[in-house]
Amino acid sequence: MKILVCLKQVPHQDARLDIKSDGSWIQEESIKFEINSYDTYALEEALRIKDEKEAEVVVASIGPDRTTQALRTALGMGADRAVHVNDESVEGSDALAIAKILAAIGKEESPDLVFTGLMADDGNFASVGPMVAELLEMPHATAVMSASLEGEKLIAERELEGGALEVVELQLPCLLAVQTGINQVRYASLKGIMAAKKKPLDTRSAADLGVQELVGTGAAKIKVQEIYVPPKTQGAEILEGSTTDVAEGLVAKIKELGLL
Amino acid sequence: MADNLYINEDLEALRTEFNRFVVNEIVPQGDNWEEQGHVPREVLQQMGTLGFLGLRHPEKFGGLGLGPLSSAVFAESLGASTYAGFEVTVLVHTDMASPHLIHSGNDDQLERFMGPIVSGDCITAIAVTEPAAGSDVAGIQSTAKKIDGGYVLNGSKTYITNGVHADLLIVAARTDGDNPRGLSMFLVKSDNPGLSVSRALSKHGWRSSDTAELLFSDCFVEDADLLGTPHKGFYEIMKNFQNERLVLSGMAVGASQKALDITYDWTQTRKAFGGVLFDKQVIRQRLAMLQARLDASRQFLYHCGWLMEQGVDATREVSGLKAVSCELVNEVMYDCLQFHGGLGYMQEATIERMARDARILPIGGGATEVMLEEISKRSYR
Ligand SMILES: Cc1cc2nc3c(=O)[nH]c(=O)nc-3n(C[C@H](O)[C@H](O)[C@H](O)COP(=O)(O)OP(=O)(O)OC[C@H]3O[C@@H](n4cnc5c(N)ncnc54)[C@H](O)[C@@H]3O)c2cc1C
Repeated sequence: MKILVCLKQVPHQDARLDIKSDGSWIQEESIKFEINSYDTYALEEALRIKDEKEAEVVVASIGPDRTTQALRTALGMGADRAVHVNDESVEGSDALAIAKILAAIGKEESPDLVFTGLMADDGNFASVGPMVAELLEMPHATAVMSASLEGEKLIAERELEGGALEVVELQLPCLLAVQTGINQVRYASLKGIMAAKKKPLDTRSAADLGVQELVGTGAAKIKVQEIYVPPKTQGAEILEGSTTDVAEGLVAKIKELGLL
Repeated sequence: MADNLYINEDLEALRTEFNRFVVNEIVPQGDNWEEQGHVPREVLQQMGTLGFLGLRHPEKFGGLGLGPLSSAVFAESLGASTYAGFEVTVLVHTDMASPHLIHSGNDDQLERFMGPIVSGDCITAIAVTEPAAGSDVAGIQSTAKKIDGGYVLNGSKTYITNGVHADLLIVAARTDGDNPRGLSMFLVKSDNPGLSVSRALSKHGWRSSDTAELLFSDCFVEDADLLGTPHKGFYEIMKNFQNERLVLSGMAVGASQKALDITYDWTQTRKAFGGVLFDKQVIRQRLAMLQARLDASRQFLYHCGWLMEQGVDATREVSGLKAVSCELVNEVMYDCLQFHGGLGYMQEATIERMARDARILPIGGGATEVMLEEISKRSYR
């Protein structure tokens, strides 16, 4: 069987984030990056299937040169092959455009199973996974807590509000968007990391995948206008004194502001 | 992108793994090990399985066959764990004791020991220091007398890291009468009946590292376990000095940065005088100067690793690195503890342990004063 794992490289959780002077995004130049935490669980889930049965695990990522580090880590952990979409014209893409690129890879690869993370630590969109599923016309499950294969079916547990789980059955091929903390993510052995250099890493452009018209700032239906840190608000007034004083003060204040 | 000239993509990838391991596997358990006084064997074996114990060792024994820069990266990553006792348990094994086998071991010895050393099934210690001989290695008094089929060792060793729990000790003893440099090295297995732990020592810091005083009484060692050339042990011990100093410096650099990071966090949240401590220029500037000196020291670490990797004699540079980085880490700890106020003096504070742990670094593996003599000898024409 073939499993496609889509992963994103995001700023390291300990990185200091400074917003660019034009407010378009954060300054990426001098910070460290890592694999999006959700995606590490997705990859682990795929590798566990590979531990159990004959399977090829292909990892795919979109991003600049630095993204090869993330793919190499994934190969070091046990993935067989990597596809890296490294193309400046992709910059400024919205979630749908990203999904179209990943879906184009999906069409080429025809996997039996696609894993994504539930969302990315940086953008928090939580929409790429379901969009890819839709574009590939596959059933999908989000917030996946466990996955087990039963013949041509996949049984997944989904996280619901309040700690409840929903058990769903999906027909293969299908896509799973994985929640964090669902397994213990393995370490890449150092030998694995060194050997990862010898595993195939395919670098592609949007044009190679036939999606050049569909991506980038031009095609984006959602454009980021600005990123900013809201200023700390000032002027909170703390009422002091006995309970009665505070209550009377509060009522007086409400009347003064004409809120009643 | 790597953050300095000397680090390639491979080393950067290894660093990522080391850092992740430290955060997930070491930090949550370190307090227990501090209490127990040693690091559990399973942890060392786990590191062995992942390949951490064989960075420098040949591939045919399961290692990666990398150079000194990999040790610098490894030591710096471990150095950020805040449990220096754990760090030195590992680094004595990987970079201070087992390299002697690589330098001086014959095929039979390598065959017998290297596999288990790389896997973590055989943990090593280096036993040179004695109650009456520390910095002055030529003052060693333990003797090894040649008899039929082997040697008989007598004497004692002290401050031996991993001395209680190691499986294999590399021991220096006098074999050439009064010749002050007439030492030889021996491989002594911990189950040798002539070897006993006379004391497990209680220390100011490095509390998760086991440190022993050892007694050798008529301890018989077979000829096959003589390590290297007889009477040349003094020179063989010296072969690993630079590597030992490189990793101790790596620990110092890693710990310094971690302590500064902890202190940036603390001073930016601790409220005082209508703001936070970091608003005080005197605090910001003290930390900034330490950061600048640390940045310089960190580049020097990698520069020294690179010099060693080129195979040149870097004794002057590495001695300087050891002196600078191991003194600096203590200045860093002093100021960082100071800015934590009373909390810094409490055992619940990470900085309290880090400050205790740092104190040994300018003493062990070549005291600062000894390092400065090494620089001095090589500085003038
Ligand atoms: C926790 C710990 C772990 C250790 N682990 C090991 C181990 O695994 N294996 C091992 O063999 N040893 C080990 N040691 C021993 C360590 O290497 C020695 O303590 C160190 O070499 C200093 O020797 P010493 O303690 O005998 O001090 P001394 O040699 O007595 O020196 C005392 C002080 O005098 C000064 N001094 C010394 N020489 C000179 C000089 N030439 N010029 C000017 N000043 C000088 C220095 O300030 C020095 O700190 C360990 C020590 C400690 C504390």
